[in-house]
Amino acid sequence: MSVTDETVRKIARLARIAVAEEDVPGLTGELNGILGWIEQLGEVDTTGVAPMASVMPGTLRWRADVVSDGDIQDKVLANAPDATSGFFAVPKVIE
Amino acid sequence: MSLTDLSLTEMKAGLDARSFSAVELAQAHLDAMAANRHLNAFITETPELALAQARAVDDGTRTGPLAGIPLGIKDLFCTDGVQTTAGSKILQGFVPRYESRVSANLLRDGAVFLGKLNMDEFAMGSSNETSAFGRVISPWKASGSDADLVPGGSSGGSAAAVAARLCAGATGTDTGGSIRQPAAFVGIAGIKPTYGRASRWGTIAFASSLDQAGPMARNVADCAHLLTSMCGFDPLDSTSLDAAVPDFAAGLTGSMAGKRVGIPAEYRLDGMDPEIAALWDAGIAWLKDAGAEIVSVSLPHTRYALPTYYIVAPAEASSNLARYDGVRYGQRVQPPGGNVQDMYAATRAAGFGKEVQRRIMIGTYVLSAGFYDAYYTQAQKVRALIARDFETAFERCDVILTPTAPSPAFAFGAKADPLAMYLNDVFTVPASLAGLPAMSVPAGLSASGLPLGLQIIGRPLDEAGVLDAGLAIERAANFTARP
Repeated sequence: MSVTDETVRKIARLARIAVAEEDVPGLTGELNGILGWIEQLGEVDTTGVAPMASVMPGTLRWRADVVSDGDIQDKVLANAPDATSGFFAVPKVIE
Repeated sequence: MSLTDLSLTEMKAGLDARSFSAVELAQAHLDAMAANRHLNAFITETPELALAQARAVDDGTRTGPLAGIPLGIKDLFCTDGVQTTAGSKILQGFVPRYESRVSANLLRDGAVFLGKLNMDEFAMGSSNETSAFGRVISPWKASGSDADLVPGGSSGGSAAAVAARLCAGATGTDTGGSIRQPAAFVGIAGIKPTYGRASRWGTIAFASSLDQAGPMARNVADCAHLLTSMCGFDPLDSTSLDAAVPDFAAGLTGSMAGKRVGIPAEYRLDGMDPEIAALWDAGIAWLKDAGAEIVSVSLPHTRYALPTYYIVAPAEASSNLARYDGVRYGQRVQPPGGNVQDMYAATRAAGFGKEVQRRIMIGTYVLSAGFYDAYYTQAQKVRALIARDFETAFERCDVILTPTAPSPAFAFGAKADPLAMYLNDVFTVPASLAGLPAMSVPAGLSASGLPLGLQIIGRPLDEAGVLDAGLAIERAANFTARP
């Protein structure tokens, strides 16, 4: 399967990365090169093989349901580009 | 002889014997850093912090097995009150209000932090050319040439700083070879422990199922000291291993008697550099002389490791890096009159470099509807087969010996094609996918006078076995070359 300029625009939109129109053809070529190389994985017979999500065997641990953190609003907001009245501030979300 | 010429182990002994003070040791390294700024190994230097920590060691209020040892910290580890960038413009000015578990462990043990080390942006690279803070230059030159060479990546600042004697040791992180390949390129040792040994808490994420911290230092024993401190169970990392951490340095013997060393046939690639092949053969002979039995093993899915990695790692990266949106931390770019979506897109376009954008887009693509099974699920299945290959091989051997990288360090711009760069990780990526401990040890020089490394891969949780084989190679290779 080959990536088109239209696919690149769609991926960029999904990834929330603004891509200038003049950069699209170059990215299309690069992604096709990399994805074309990756496609050799299709030749591996994986019948009956379970996908490996983690090298860690077993299950996730339980922990006590207790508050272990908090009262650090100033620390949480310290690196915000825009913090107002104890909140993260962003441009308007709804037109 | 300068204090910076001592190994970490020798510094420990010298501090214990009060042959010199922690302040003298820290100052010697700060002076070396100031004299070597052209290498661009550090993004942030913290001389005041280092001297304050060293004074506390000298007055006895700061103690521990690493008391007074001057270290560099890769700029991927969050450090409380000290800028942490991951080599990215998007995190320029980010000052964490907490300490990563790994760096906290080193501080607990008395280490002195000299500063934050340069790296490929978000650890994505094999040459340190993708850092937003400029490339790191290797202290090494090829014989008869004055051309600057890459230090490897992504832990290139760590590698250059340790090789140039700017710090006794450094933290690195390894997702597909980012500790081992740069260690090999600059003639130092580096080990990536078993996945889960070192906590990922507070270490900026690239690919969470692969990321693992580890030490880089000038010899195997130095690495062992740092590894013991860095590792340990952490309830704040859901994949942290609840396993006792031995004192790796105390247990180090270098003995190979009764050990079986596996040589994987599939690593002898067509067109392999004859120098690399010769070094590998030398390594086999050294371990045999040290008492090991050499056995052939097969890792049949080796050739699929790189394409598997370049699906799994970008997929996880595209998810992990979604958090950089200009809201909670880091840089924000607000187009005039734009809404919040415009702000996200502009922030990420301006904040991420080309390689990071490329990998986020590949990850987004392979995870998108209609392609998920063909790419991502298939990669996870092949990953299972690669891990199974190692399990089968380890029925016949205790450790596996391979070259670390297919070539010595190359020049800047030599691998402008992303695929050519990716192929440089051919020998390191399989162990990462299987979560196995692996280390690189300097083993010789190329005809061009540049360091070459050998890689030892071990069974899960057998860092001790990896370090012993590493020490056996270190003793036999007697690598004394310096930049």
